[in-house]
Amino acid sequence: MSTQHENSSEHHNHHDDHHNYVEGAPHSTFSGYMIGFIASVILTAIPFWLVIGDVLSTRNATVLVILGFALVQIIVHMVYFLHMNFHSESGWTMLSLIFTLVLLFITIAGSLWAMYHMNVNMMPSMMPSMSGGS
Amino acid sequence: MSNSAVISAANPADKFDFLVRDDSHHVPNGSLLGFWIYLMSDCLIFAALFATYGVLSQNYAGGPSGAALFDLPLVALNTAFLLFSSITYGFAVLQMQQGKLPGTMIWLTITGLFGAAFLGLELYEFYHLILEGAGPQRSAFLSSFFALVGTHGLHVSFGIIWLITLLFQLRKHGLTGANRRRVFCLSMFWHFLDVIWIGVFTIVYLMGSLT
Repeated sequence: MSTQHENSSEHHNHHDDHHNYVEGAPHSTFSGYMIGFIASVILTAIPFWLVIGDVLSTRNATVLVILGFALVQIIVHMVYFLHMNFHSESGWTMLSLIFTLVLLFITIAGSLWAMYHMNVNMMPSMMPSMSGGS
Repeated sequence: MSNSAVISAANPADKFDFLVRDDSHHVPNGSLLGFWIYLMSDCLIFAALFATYGVLSQNYAGGPSGAALFDLPLVALNTAFLLFSSITYGFAVLQMQQGKLPGTMIWLTITGLFGAAFLGLELYEFYHLILEGAGPQRSAFLSSFFALVGTHGLHVSFGIIWLITLLFQLRKHGLTGANRRRVFCLSMFWHFLDVIWIGVFTIVYLMGSLT
């Protein structure tokens, strides 16, 4: 019962400020934006510090850590600035996002994978035999 | 449950009850979803540019590498400009939600100034790179760098043009339904560009500066 009551009061508020409201748009809050902003500042500052200060011993470790920070910051932006969730527009925004991420992965990982193998298989060391044959 | 109401027929003898779904003011008008799908397609343009950069990022052709060219404090400042513009746009949306037109316009103007500062710094960087002979024609690495970062900069430029147009529309018509929708669509565009920039500064500048 109590949850039902909360639901209906929430709807009431929603109704009240509806005239300043974009149809289908999420309700933004000051605290939401501030959480997103402060998290973004921290998640930006640490990777810059890691690279400028040359903190980690190996290059690969630094690359992995800063990519991890970038991923977390992208999620923070999606949630707090773009207000992504599973129920806006009946879930169609999330569905289109997931579809895009799949295409993104195929495009980027596929290109890197295919071109890396092409480079390896056409190393300059293989060239003399080719030029020798001609 | 709160969306539905049971309406009884006027005649108590009548046994029919009708369940009426009252969700008329929750029907999405589709323009936000449509704009979101545009952003997703834009995302695919950047996916192609990131993939190109990823493939070509080591092809220096005897020219300078990223580590020799990039000025990280400058990039950090640029990142800060863009991040500040995101939060100020957030404040503009909050003012709009409260129906305050002057506040909305002031925060939008501040957002535009941060965007212009970002663009100015990026053009300054490009100008110096080209002056040093590290223009897009120098190597495949620099071609893909200018294509990726330039496309992002071009998006920011169009965002600023849209923002200025929106300021004129707001001044003329106020916070009408159409204008609120435009402010919200531009906010999605603006935050989306900030998301792309996270990928740019991490993959291009930070990873490029690692030796």
